[in-house]
Amino acid sequence: MINLKVNGKSYNVDVDPSTPILWVLRDALELTGTKFGCGMAQCGACTVHLNGDAVRSCITPVARAAGQEIKTIEALSEDAIGKRLQKAWIEEDVPQCGYCQSGQLMAAAVLLKEKPNPTDNDIDLGMSGNICRCGTYQRVRKAIHRAAAMK
Amino acid sequence: MRNTTIKRLFGMKKTIYVVLVLGFVTAVAAPLNSSNKIIQPAKEFIAANENNSNPIVDKEKIQADRIREKESAEAFKEAYKVLMHPRCMNCHPSGDAPLQGDDSHIHTQNVTRGKDGKGMYAMKCSNCHQKENTAGLNMPPGNPNWHLPPANMKMVFQGKTPAQLAAQFKDRKLTGKTLQEMLHHVEEDKLVLGGWDPGEGRTKPPLSHAEFAAKFREWIEKGAVIPK
Repeated sequence: MINLKVNGKSYNVDVDPSTPILWVLRDALELTGTKFGCGMAQCGACTVHLNGDAVRSCITPVARAAGQEIKTIEALSEDAIGKRLQKAWIEEDVPQCGYCQSGQLMAAAVLLKEKPNPTDNDIDLGMSGNICRCGTYQRVRKAIHRAAAMK
Repeated sequence: MRNTTIKRLFGMKKTIYVVLVLGFVTAVAAPLNSSNKIIQPAKEFIAANENNSNPIVDKEKIQADRIREKESAEAFKEAYKVLMHPRCMNCHPSGDAPLQGDDSHIHTQNVTRGKDGKGMYAMKCSNCHQKENTAGLNMPPGNPNWHLPPANMKMVFQGKTPAQLAAQFKDRKLTGKTLQEMLHHVEEDKLVLGGWDPGEGRTKPPLSHAEFAAKFREWIEKGAVIPK
């Protein structure tokens, strides 16, 4: 049994410790907002927060998260940065197909937490690990600036 | 100090000393001279010889020092083959992004070192690099302390000649480490050792870790000579 804290709730899951966090979230806890993209930490679609860092859940073994805090897209809007990002995303109408967007948002939240007023360069440095097949990058950039300006 | 003592003795027991010196010159120095033509006596050495002080000890020392220096430089050149191998150099890039692969291309996603060498924002090393290698081809290799040198001590290997790299290692302002501390990094650091357990599909450096560490140690112990 591995104890996980996901979005403030405690769960005991009976899985192999090497199982990627992603599959525990999606299959065991039915939190399907986090997406499977490449399965090798190349695309960022599976990004969740582990103790506040934007880990790629598709290759992070669940053992690493034992007793630690996981936050997923389902709970992102529970804090101020998440709320502002959600609002900005809606106002900029960022998503197209939407598949990468939960990963984009989870990454953007870490960026804003660590750099409340990011420059374009900061956005490049923080966000270029999240690939979007629809090419919504310009709108992602605008929405991050918008969220930063809200306060 | 030794010379002074010898001179004093010389004054006191001239005869015995002359006999001893002559005997020694015939027995040891003459064959040395004929068998080591490459090594020319230095000017000071010749002068000392003319002044009747004991030249033999100095000559042997000079010769030994030269051999030692040569061996030190040679050892560095061997270690350099490992230092410049992608498994080492990829984390010692000239820019702020690490390198990847045996062709040392810039890391995908343009990951950058950040202040502490552990990445930035949503792109920290450990967001993808786990404590251990992730199984499978092209999967992220892992280590509990995956990082680049920090921004204030970049320790660039990429593009450096053996002489430039050796000089950099000896400059504490650039390394933040004594040579002994650097030797410790080379011998013990788990991240350095990770170069020899690089994960599926990645080549290993041309020497074993033990051979590499021995060469690095030899370089330092024989004087940390900067190779030409």
